[in-house]
Parts: sequence; C-alpha cells; structure tokens
Amino acid sequence: MAARSQGPMRRALGRFASNPAALAGLAILLPLLLAVIAYPLWLHFGPNDVDLMARNAPPGAAHWLGTDGVGRDVLARLMQGGRTSLLVAVLSVSLSLAIGFVVGALAAFGDRWADSIAMRCVDLAMTLPPVILLLVLASIIGTGIGPTVWVIALLSWPVLARMVRARLLEVRERDFVIAARGMGAGTLHLLFRHGLPNAIDIMVVYATLQIANAILLEAGLSFLGLGIPPPAASWGNMMNAAQSTVVLEQYVWQWMSPGATLVLTVLAINFIGDGLRDAFDPRSGLN
Amino acid sequence: MPPQVKYIIKRLLAGVAMLLGLSVLVFLLLRAAPGDPVDAYINPSAAMSPQDLAALRTRFGLDQPLPVQYLAWLRAAITGDLGYSLQGTGDAVLPLVLSHIGPTMLLMGAGITLAVVFGIAGGVLGAVRRNGAVDLLLSVLAFLGISSPAFLTALVGLYLFAVRLRLVPSGAMLTPGAPFALGDLLAHLVLPAVLLSIGHTALIMRYTRASMLEVLNADYVRTARAKGVREFSVVARHALRNALLPVVTLIGSTIGLAIGGAVFIESVFNWPGMGLLMVTAVRARDYPVIMGAALVIGAFVLLLNLLTDLAYAAVDPRIKVG
Repeated sequence: MAARSQGPMRRALGRFASNPAALAGLAILLPLLLAVIAYPLWLHFGPNDVDLMARNAPPGAAHWLGTDGVGRDVLARLMQGGRTSLLVAVLSVSLSLAIGFVVGALAAFGDRWADSIAMRCVDLAMTLPPVILLLVLASIIGTGIGPTVWVIALLSWPVLARMVRARLLEVRERDFVIAARGMGAGTLHLLFRHGLPNAIDIMVVYATLQIANAILLEAGLSFLGLGIPPPAASWGNMMNAAQSTVVLEQYVWQWMSPGATLVLTVLAINFIGDGLRDAFDPRSGLN
Repeated sequence: MPPQVKYIIKRLLAGVAMLLGLSVLVFLLLRAAPGDPVDAYINPSAAMSPQDLAALRTRFGLDQPLPVQYLAWLRAAITGDLGYSLQGTGDAVLPLVLSHIGPTMLLMGAGITLAVVFGIAGGVLGAVRRNGAVDLLLSVLAFLGISSPAFLTALVGLYLFAVRLRLVPSGAMLTPGAPFALGDLLAHLVLPAVLLSIGHTALIMRYTRASMLEVLNADYVRTARAKGVREFSVVARHALRNALLPVVTLIGSTIGLAIGGAVFIESVFNWPGMGLLMVTAVRARDYPVIMGAALVIGAFVLLLNLLTDLAYAAVDPRIKVG
C-alpha cells in the first residue's frame, strides 16, 4: 500500500485486472485485433485476389479457410472484413459519443427549454424498435461505409444522451459547478471542463459495449444487403452469401468462419465492457 | 379518484402523446427521404402529365408549409390512407401492410410463448440450483444466446435442421400449391419460432434467475419454510409469483427487440411477414411502404407496452402511481 491512497481510476483498473471474464475477453480480442491489423504481413493473399483454379475450395494447405465462389481467399476476406467492421464500429461509436454527450450535457446544463427539446428528440428517436429504425435510416441514407457509419450513429446516440443527462443533472447542483457559473463560465467551459470529466466513466463503458453492438448492427445491415456492398469485404456481407442454398449447404466455411469470428469478437468485447462497468461502479467494491 | 384509475388515465395520455410523436417522426423521415413526395400519392400505373402533377401537388397541399402538410398527412393517415406502394401494381399501403401482420404475429406469438416458458423454467432452475452444474451450463447458454445475432442463429438453425437433418421445410409459411393444412403450417413454423425465441429465452432466464434469488432470500419465504411448507410449494407459490412481476415488464419491453429478430428470421426463412415486407421495400426504396410499415409496427409496440403497464398495475397493488 502506497503512502498516498489510490485514486478512483487506479482502483477501478485494479478491479478490472482481477476480473477473470474481462481478462479472458482481452486475451481473445487483442490477438484478433493484431491479426486483423497486420494481416498483409503474414498472409500473402489479398481480399480481392482471384484464384480461378480454386473456386469454392474447402479449407486446406493453400487456403487455410478455403475460397469463395470466385476463388477469393476466405481468410483474407475475413481479415479485411474485420478491418471494415472495426472501422465502421469505431467511427460510428465516436460519432454517437459526440452527439450523445453534447445533447445530454446541453439538456442537463441548459435551461428548461433546452432540456425538454433535447429530451423530446430522444423520446422521438426511441419510439420505434431499434431494427425498424435501422431499416428506415438505411433506406434514407443509403449503403457504403460512410452511410452505414451514420445510420448506426444516428440509431445509437439517444441511449447515451439519457445516461449523460441523468449523471450531469446531479453534477449541476454541486458547488464547483455553481461556483463556475457564478464566475461567468460559458456553456462550452461547463460542458468540457465540468461535464466531460464527470461523465467519462459512463462514456468509456458505453463506448466499449456499443462497439460490440455496432459490429452486430453493421453485420446485420450488410447481411440484409443494406450495409457494406460487395466487392468490399465485411463479416455481414460474407454471411449474405449463405442466403443462397448452395453456399449454405455445401460451402459452409464461407459463412461459418465470419459467423464464428463475429460471435467471438462480440463476446470478448462484451466481457471487457461488463468488466469495465463493474470496475467503475463504486458499489461493486462493497460486495 | 382512486390512485389506480389516475395511473391508468395518466398512462393512456402518455401513450397518445407517444403515438403522436411517432407520427411526427415517420412524417419527417418520409419527407427527408430522397425523391418527390407526390409519388407516394399517385397510383404508379396511372399516366400523369406535368399539369396533373402540379394540380395534385396543390390538391395534396405539398406547396404548403411543413406543419400544415403534417396535419393533412395525419388526417389522411387516421382515415387509413397511407399512400401507394411504388412497386409493382402500386397497391395501397395500409391493406398491404395489414395483410403481412398475421404471419408476423403468428411467428412472434409462438416465439415469445416458447421464450416465456423456457426462460422462466430455466431461470427458476438456475436460482434453485444456484452455482451448481446446471446453473453454470444455463448461464453459459444464456450468454451465448444473448451474444449471437439473430441472423447467425437463423443460418445455423436452417443449416442444421432443415438442410442437414431435413426435419422441417427450409422456408416460406405453407407448401406452395398445396391446400391449407394445420400440420403443414406448424411444420413451417416450428424452426423459425424456436430460433426467434433463443435470444429472449436467454434474457428472460437471466432476469428470472436474478429476481428469484432476491425473492428466495426474503423473510416471507423463510417464514413459509419455517412453518413446514413443502419446498416445491415454497418455490412455485410463494417465491415465483412475486419474482415474476418484474419479468412481466421485461417481456413487454422486449417485444420491440423481438420485432428486430423477426426481421432477420423472416428474411432467412422467407416468412411472408412485416419484416420481409420492410426489407424488400428498403431494397426497392419504396418509401411509402417503409414508413407505413414503420408506423404500424411502432403503434403496435406502443399499444403492447401500454397493455403491459396496465396489466402490471392491475396485478401489483404496490405499483408506484405517478
């Protein structure tokens, strides 16, 4: 024990490090991330290299996970698809973090009008079931990486806005905020000097769990043919091939490998997210 | 006025407000969609001159400010006029949407019933055998069920039971061309319904388990045990009845999620319901059908949530009023 008592962040990290499920999540996710990011270094197939001599080849020595209907290496597409999924997830989560935080913080620190307008917008966005809103947004915004990022971000921010508002409504009444207001602090100062540091734990946990959610949403959209269009690779559009009975029945490696990778990734991220949530929850130390 | 009645009135008013909010959202999205909104009002198989189009635009008030347009659209929507589909023969949207509700209700009804039965049974079993082998196995299964996306469970299920084992047909709701038979319908229904139920079974199971564990520690359960009530009766009559109250709300609030799962299951199994209708409409950018279906689904979910809350207030006298 150090002479100084540990700060809340250090204690949270300590709790995280002693959570076996969360560590297992890290142990799955980190190697996977490394493989996906560095795949051109260890795999000599590109995601769109066509090997006409080996179409629909089963997994073997040359193509570890086999090839698809036009002779592209499934492992290479899996790795490239992982890049797409992660890119879409990270960008959409960043966007929804920004929108969710600003709307939630403005609602909490603003006047009653700002609060009720912001919260009615949130209510409005939450009246439709998520997948239905996803389809509606996709029909308006379109397909491709950029539009898919927007579709997922626009679907996801309201939940965060609610959580941030609830937290900052408490913070608003604290002395240091009242003092800052009394000294004439502007909205931006309140938002980023007092709001952000006090909501950062919520946002870290939300971001982690939302990355898993965004990966699932992207895969779902691409699976329906409404997300990332081919020839670009994504886990969802690789599984879209299984809508053909021949692929589903005879070329299982083409859709099972992205499916298994997807579930493994999402499980790992959810373990990490749950670990972070428990670590940041001050009550969890009491158990 | 008794507090229960006050609660019901309050909840009804909130429901109406949310329905209006939903209609505003759908209207704004419809206007944000690419293309000319007048298309939604024309039967596409009818020929139109530019003069006629302009006249129509004036007639439908599309040259008016947005709030005026909204009120006109709302008035039409209330009388059941949601415009025309942009595909095929240009069917009116409302009958088209309504004709797809039945299959979805059947699929979701079966799926949710399965989820409620197995979820509650599994949750009770897990709580009673806390931290035992059965509990652990159920927890792992629940985690897998929650983490697997509906389209993947649908594909795996289709592959195993329809393609490999050939136990059930691989798609559609009835055998095409054959006369209607209940057995045929059930054979087509069983696999998609089971697959739809998986995520919900997992969710209900975890919730029931947590709620049961809480109740099993309560004083009245200890009292029941102390006065010699048989263990089965303690679990089933004293504990479960109280533990189920929060689960009822959960079931109501996951209907929206079930609709999401149904979209994917219907796409994989070619089930002729709302989900398939919407996905087909989105692929064709058929905005009147997309928004009409969204409006009907949203209204349906709001109604179900309202009914859940009212049922909850009716069964639990401790319900918080306000």
